[in-house]
Amino acid sequence: MDIKLTINGKEIEVPQGTMLLDACRKAGADIPTFCYDPDLKLAGSCRMCVVQPQGWRNLVASCVTPAQNGMVIDTESPDVVEARKVVLELMLTRHKLTCHTCEKDGDCNLQDYCYRYGVTESRFEGKIHNLFKDDSNPFIERDYDKCVMCTRCVRACEEITGARAINVMDRGYHAHIATAFDGELEDSPCVFCGQCIMVCPVGALTSKIAAGKGKPAQNEKVLTTCTYCGTGCTLELNVKNDEIVGVTSNRDAEWSPVNKGALCVKGRFGWDFVNSPERLTTPLIKENGEFRPASWDEALDLAAEKINGIKEKYGPDSLSMFSSARVTNEENYLAQKLMRAAIGSNNVDHCARL
Amino acid sequence: MAQEYRVLLEHADKINPESAADYVKVGGYKGLEKARSMNPKDLTEEVKKSGLRGRGGAGFNAGMKWSFVPQYPETKYVVCNFDEGEPGTYKDRIICQKNAQALLEGMAICGHAIGSNNGYIYCRGEYPFVVEMLKKAIGNAKESGALGEFNIEVRMGAGAYVCGEETALIESIEGHRGEPRFKPPFPGVEGLWRMPTVVNNVETFACLPYILTNGADWFAGIGAKSYPGTKVLTLTGDIENPTYFEVPTDYLLRDVIYELGGGVKGGKKLKAVQVGGTSGAFIPPQNIDTPIDFDSMSAIGAALGSGAVFVMDESRDIVDTINRIAKFFEHESCGQCTPCREGTHRCKEIMEKINTGRGTLKDIENLKVLARVMQKASLCGLGQAAPIPITSTLEHFEYEYLRKLM
Amino acid sequence: MANYMDIIASCKDKPGGIIEAFHAIQKEYNYIPEEALREAARAFKVSEAQAFGVATFYSYLSVKKRGKYIIRMCESAPCHVAGADEVLKALEANLGIKAGETTEDGKFTLELTECVGQCQATPVVTINSEPVFNVKPEMVPGLLAGYK
Repeated sequence: MDIKLTINGKEIEVPQGTMLLDACRKAGADIPTFCYDPDLKLAGSCRMCVVQPQGWRNLVASCVTPAQNGMVIDTESPDVVEARKVVLELMLTRHKLTCHTCEKDGDCNLQDYCYRYGVTESRFEGKIHNLFKDDSNPFIERDYDKCVMCTRCVRACEEITGARAINVMDRGYHAHIATAFDGELEDSPCVFCGQCIMVCPVGALTSKIAAGKGKPAQNEKVLTTCTYCGTGCTLELNVKNDEIVGVTSNRDAEWSPVNKGALCVKGRFGWDFVNSPERLTTPLIKENGEFRPASWDEALDLAAEKINGIKEKYGPDSLSMFSSARVTNEENYLAQKLMRAAIGSNNVDHCARL
Repeated sequence: MAQEYRVLLEHADKINPESAADYVKVGGYKGLEKARSMNPKDLTEEVKKSGLRGRGGAGFNAGMKWSFVPQYPETKYVVCNFDEGEPGTYKDRIICQKNAQALLEGMAICGHAIGSNNGYIYCRGEYPFVVEMLKKAIGNAKESGALGEFNIEVRMGAGAYVCGEETALIESIEGHRGEPRFKPPFPGVEGLWRMPTVVNNVETFACLPYILTNGADWFAGIGAKSYPGTKVLTLTGDIENPTYFEVPTDYLLRDVIYELGGGVKGGKKLKAVQVGGTSGAFIPPQNIDTPIDFDSMSAIGAALGSGAVFVMDESRDIVDTINRIAKFFEHESCGQCTPCREGTHRCKEIMEKINTGRGTLKDIENLKVLARVMQKASLCGLGQAAPIPITSTLEHFEYEYLRKLM
Repeated sequence: MANYMDIIASCKDKPGGIIEAFHAIQKEYNYIPEEALREAARAFKVSEAQAFGVATFYSYLSVKKRGKYIIRMCESAPCHVAGADEVLKALEANLGIKAGETTEDGKFTLELTECVGQCQATPVVTINSEPVFNVKPEMVPGLLAGYK
């Protein structure tokens, strides 16, 4: 059943059970959020998405308030704007303002919303936390002095990855994200998938591997498929001056249907081999115990000759082929065809079958 | 009229609260018997008709609350909020220590109305001795057969004021951090373990046996029309008789202080009184000729809340007291939502600044803005109520702030 | 001393009973030792990070080792106006520690608390949850002597 409501003077219809946030966005209103993430359980806690239902005493968080028939909503009323500004200022007061060296510069919700609402500085002064965690792991930088406590990392760790390595510890102003016993990630069940980096709306969680190589917001993004395993996750290679400088997630299900941006430690952090000087760039042929570079034609001819020789001498079943999950379906199809049709053996297998 | 009117505490210290037999001797468990002879719908109607409203913070009509519970799910819960954490409040402890069986009976009555045999009492961690007593009282009532199939388990809080918020309380029973849930869904539909749950506090439940025994009309006729019945008050601060009293709800605040309370300690003049606990408004002397009931208190910008009455004499430093209260909220914020987590901390910082003579007019301006946003945008009642002591004293005692500025 | 494994096992069947287990552990150990917290997480099928989050949320629970006697000084408004600050100073001076610390001999831990619901006789101190009423600074030495 559909319900009707008015948002910023525009009447719209939405199905019963629709949250105000979705209804507002459908009506064209741009609602800022920190804790909201369409792939995670709702939190309703950052209070950035508050809107004003006409006749209500208080503002409501649109991400967790179901739209009601006949509601009249103002998404930028003076009270809403004041609340959002104060929320931003409260976040800024505890935030280490080092945008110039921040990996998230240009792709940060806090920056964007402060820009939008003209929040240059906070009217509140006072203590900031000293929560930076000098975590010895090689992958994830944890700078909780930039954290806005949206808890998306906690939810992503539990709901997407299932590692449950982190949670909120302590309470009130002193609440912060921590592993059990407030230790390091390496001593926790963390699998370094970096989903926490993916969902962090600010620069509290960033990649150590990509640090200093180029701000993700400024890098060229090349959408591609991860080559590590048969899952075939979509990822974004961050490219600068023709070199891969990092990996980010594309969370759009249309572009990343397999993984919706989620990756594993290899896919997110293990790309430096691509530019390694030790990487093979031509085939090598071993002669007298030494490798020498060869052309593809020469190498393939040599392989074909040896394979045919073995087949003639010992029969086709003396040969087998073990294919790889790191190549495409089409390539695997060709591999088995080569084995069955050209060589004449059914001895073909694949690592993903194990 | 300057007398107590004892209903819940009528037999205080004359019966053993652990003993169901003692309680039966003074008319106990008749209400439950009557409730069980009624069909649940009529029972809920009867409670609605009595006008009984929650004796916690929100003052919601109890029968109305029950009527939101859907009939169909098999498992439902009756939860007693015994987490009274408002500083200056200990009335639920007194009710339990004097008349525990009435609480158990009230919970069982609610259980019959909503179709539940599962009761929980969430008792604050500061009362381990009351927990022991309640466990014995439950054991005794079960043994006597008075509760029938209705079961009650006692769970202990662990030092978190926010768990007095019903959804935080539910989270805590579930073994989680006591972080309030966003609403809707309300507990009546999705509460403990996501099943329909009624949460009322000790005093509310303890009223039920008397409503059933004496009839809804009897109860509706006591005290204020829109908030009938009695209220147990606890008096603290600069008062001659710092103790508890049970009064009809149309009792005047002035009489609470000057009749039952015996007046301001040492015959000093009254500067302010804070009703309802630490989240309540500060009431200036010119407003004390107001009945204590929920709506009359709301009308003067205050709240009945838990019924704590904190009296301050003329020598008291309002700003210093507010500074202390600001520390309380900073300590008790759960830390979930931004306005409360950060706001309570900044309120405390600003109050400290003003209290130590380093504040400016700009700080007062900032406090006002912050208070407004916390009230309008916080996730739960804690963050929404935390600035009330500040705003009410800025309204009535601004000069106390101004004279402390730099 | 009861084994924490047995304590946890006795609470295990209570749904959501991890806080009950923490209370029971604290009754025995005065705090929640790391290995007990790990075991509780296992028994109640929650992550260690979550169990730690719960234990650090509640001010009655502690993951830090504490003394044999836990003295809690109420700071809430009714106790504050009745002179809690002076009592706190006397406690700190007599114990030689600040709030939040434990004496070297491991006997006393001094903590601040909000309202303990005994406001009929302020200021109030609790010692291992037992309230002491109408405490005055000059009563502190005698009070502590009773626990030595």
